[in-house]
This record gives sequence, C-alpha cells and structure tokens, in this order.
Amino acid sequence: MTIGSIRTPPWARIPYDIYSDPSIYEREQERIFWGRSWNYVGLEAEIPRHGDFKRTAVGDRPVVLARDKDGSIGVFENRCAHRGVAFCYRTHGNAKALQCPYHQWTYDLRGNLIGIPFRKGFQGQGGLPDDFDPAEHSLTKLSVTTRNGVIFASYADGMEPIEAYLGEILPWFDRMFDGRELRVLGYWRQRIECNWKLIIENIRDPYHATLLHVFLVSFGLNRADQPGRVVFDSHGRHYAAMNERLDRDASAEAKREMKSIMDLQLEGPKLLDVIREFPGRETLVMQTIWPNIILQQQSNALAIRQVITTGDPGGFDFHWTVFGYATDDEAMTQRRLRLANLMGPSGLVSIDDTEVVELTQKGTGPFSEAQGVIEMGGLTTGDEDHVITEGPLRAFHKYYREVMGL
Amino acid sequence: MELVAPDLHARICAFYDEYGFVCDDEIERWPDLFTDDATYKIVSRENHERELPLPTMSCDGRGMLRDRVTSMLRTSVYVPRQIRHLIANVRITGREDERVGTIANFAVFESFEDTGSRILAVGRYYDLIATSGPELRFKEKVCVYDGNLVPGSIIYPL
Repeated sequence: MTIGSIRTPPWARIPYDIYSDPSIYEREQERIFWGRSWNYVGLEAEIPRHGDFKRTAVGDRPVVLARDKDGSIGVFENRCAHRGVAFCYRTHGNAKALQCPYHQWTYDLRGNLIGIPFRKGFQGQGGLPDDFDPAEHSLTKLSVTTRNGVIFASYADGMEPIEAYLGEILPWFDRMFDGRELRVLGYWRQRIECNWKLIIENIRDPYHATLLHVFLVSFGLNRADQPGRVVFDSHGRHYAAMNERLDRDASAEAKREMKSIMDLQLEGPKLLDVIREFPGRETLVMQTIWPNIILQQQSNALAIRQVITTGDPGGFDFHWTVFGYATDDEAMTQRRLRLANLMGPSGLVSIDDTEVVELTQKGTGPFSEAQGVIEMGGLTTGDEDHVITEGPLRAFHKYYREVMGL
Repeated sequence: MELVAPDLHARICAFYDEYGFVCDDEIERWPDLFTDDATYKIVSRENHERELPLPTMSCDGRGMLRDRVTSMLRTSVYVPRQIRHLIANVRITGREDERVGTIANFAVFESFEDTGSRILAVGRYYDLIATSGPELRFKEKVCVYDGNLVPGSIIYPL
C-alpha cells in the first residue's frame, strides 16, 4: 500500500478499504479471530453447573461452551460432524449430552462423538462400515483458558497463557475480574451496520467522548479537564483508558473547546447516584482486549461488550453482558441497573456511538481509495498521561497491519 | 378472568391509542401519561424470561421520564427517524382497587429519510393502569420486545 510518508508512519492513516473489502475481511477471520488470539467466549458464572451450555461465536464461527462433570469447560464448533447442522439452537441451557436433531448424532460435553443411531444397522442391514472410528468425528474443539471467571478460546495450538497474552494490561483486567464471583444481570444484543473494527476503534479513541457525548460532558462524567491516561500491552493490541471524575465545574478553557456542553439538570438525579468501589482514583476505565471485547467500567456500570462478526464486512452483532458481583447488596444491584441507562441499545451515551460508527461505514464504504487521518496527540503509539490523543488508534492499526501483513 | 365492563375496556383501548399517538408525534407529552411515581421499563424477552433484571431502558418516577425526553430532544446524537406504534389485542388481566392490569401487543416501526421503513421492535406490554384520576395513567409499564437483537438503537420509548 502506498499510504504513509516520511513524515507520517502508515499507521497514522486508515485506508478505508479495510472496512468494506471482502478479501480483507476473510483475511481478518483467518489471521485475527481464528489465528493466534484468545477470544472471549463467556463467563464461568454463565455455566456454573455440570451440563450447562451457552452458544456464542468466535469471529464468524458459531461455537458452544459447556461445563463437564469434572468442572472443566469445553468449547467446540456448533456444527455437527455428520452433515454440518448447527445442532445447538438454544442460546443456553443444561443437557447431559448434545444431540443433533437431524440423525441424532450425540456428543458429550467436551465435543466427543458418543452416539450414532443405526451405527450397526437394523436387522443386519445398513450401518456404518466396521472401520468407522467415532473418535475421528468429534466436533472441532478449541483451546480453552480462564482467568478469574472469564473464559477465552482459541483456534491456535500452543497459545501463551492468558496472563502473558494480556501482558501489561493484566492489572487492569484483574481490577474488574479480581476473583470475586460474578453475577450476570442480563444481556443486550444489537445489530450494528458497520465494520466490527469501528466499534473497537470508537473505544480506542478517548478524545471523541468529550465532544460527541453531550450527556457525559454536561453531567460531568467525562471531560477533557479531568485527569486521564492511556496504557497498553507491549504489542499495543490491548488497551485501557482511564479518567477520574472531579466534583467541580469544567474549566473555562475546557468549556471553550467542548462546545456541546449544556447547562442541564437531571429531574431524576438518582440515575447518577454512584459510589467508589474499586481501588485507585479512576472512575471510568474502558479497555479493549484483542481481538473481540471491550471491558466497561463507567462508575458502577460494568459490562463486557463482545463483537460477533457475521460474514459481512459492513455489519456485526454486538453482545453486551452486564454484570455485578455475587456479593453485591440490593442497593448496589439497583445502582448498576439504573446506570445501565447510559449504555446498550438505549444508552444515553451509547446511542451516539452506534449512530456515528454506522455513519462512518456509510462515509467510508464508497471511498475505498480514501484514508482517515489520526494525528491527534502526535504520532505516538505508547502510554500517555492524557486522553486528548489518537495514540490508541495508531497502536491498534500498527498491530493490525502486522498481523494482517498489510 | 372476571367479567369486565365493556366501557372500561373501551376506555383503556382509547388510552392505548393516545399513548401510541403521543409516542409517535408528541413525545414531550409522554411523561404526562404516567403517574408521578410510575415505573417504565423496556426489557428484552430473553432477560424477561430468564428473570435477569437488566432493562434496556428504565425510568423510576416522572422526573426520569422527563430526563429521557430531554435526552431524545437535546443531548443524544442520531439520524432523524419517524416512529410509528401499532398497539392491539388489549386485554384486561386483573382489577384491584383503583388499578387495572393490562396486556397488549405492540409493533413499532421506524422510517428514515433515505432508507425506508423497518421493524424496530415487536412485543407485549405488561402494564398497570391507575383509574383513580379523571384520566387514565400508567402506574407501571413494562415493554418486553420479542426479537432480542435490536436493529441499531431504541431511542424513543416503545
């Protein structure tokens, strides 16, 4: 590609074909989601008992995760080894074994083929050949790992441990997942008509929040004059941005730049009744874990946002898992549920993001030769002590180019 | 189910018609159709059936309903759209003191200037209507949408 120059490294530009080109999309599936990555698939709290299962996806490929008798977790493709039926059509459930409805091939909770009706035929007729070996016809299994209740799966063999994979971002991951038992409060599922990278990039662009989100800035949840910083793992593939909410009005300089700031008062102020619950001064910590999740802590609102691609460069499904901790009292649970109004399909903040990423798809799609400019904060790709930067976007595109060979 | 006076059923149907009209065209008046202490919730069928408490939108009291209207009209950034509610199959499920429990089906469509119309949500209301005042008011309104995958965002109330 011819983008970049002596002045600007290639990752300070975004070539627009990466949002729409089907061949780039296919390469992403192979190299990113099915390559050397740990993909988030679920929480242990979602499948606590023997036989519990949940259906999700790794990139385009539907998978099932299940809890076996010994407490271990299996992750395998939702594709019968016989004829390819997506045999698991429930989003979750409990079963002793998983059976395909078509010819009733049956699998155990690790994905091993354990039952085939008419394997020996009927009254001496039919049946599978004597040398047919069920062990060779298991479901396609993925590698599985967990960290403090969070389950990851990978198509790659010999993946590094999740702790090494998360690298320098591990303390931020552990801040949210500190080993306490989690309680799932519910799910949101959205179809968003844009390339999957745009929603990851949205989080890796901390400076938009102080401009786009009138609600956030008007009620002081995120402003340019609040102390904030961005940190990365050594590859720049994972990232965390954090802000500290101040109990004072925006400075005159900040107000001048944030023209969208409004003098608004909530008539139902209970919405923003938040308390400090994590160590440290940060009140807002947003993370992206390569390749498929965003971790959200906006005050007491906690969520995992999972990207599920669906064979279409121009759209993806966005699955949110909103959670708290098993030790939360009722007041804390109610607080989290009220704050949920900020996020999701009706989020007072998220609505804005959903709209602008869809408009970005509309704007970039017809112009595959054009490119975006990401120079805010200079040309850096490393840790910074402020959030008026596109460094996290540059770091993302630097690593993305490496993995994709672009 | 006890027998319900036909005039009450007709009044409630008219109230639902009014609700749909206000949601579509006079959103500023939306909070006026609720009691001061009303609760309003939009919930996915998935969370509803699994008894997971997460709403997609929730307002506790008329103040929060008004804040929602303020956000729709002033703070949220979105492509303009026209919403249309179709509300039908209204049934009274119970009566107690000056409250009536009701269910009704809804279909909500959204239309854009350049891309036509689509179904935003289809589902059922599970409501409690206060009958004590001169006008009917929602004391509690729960909108359960059946298709869990939301196309884009639910910006206006269902």
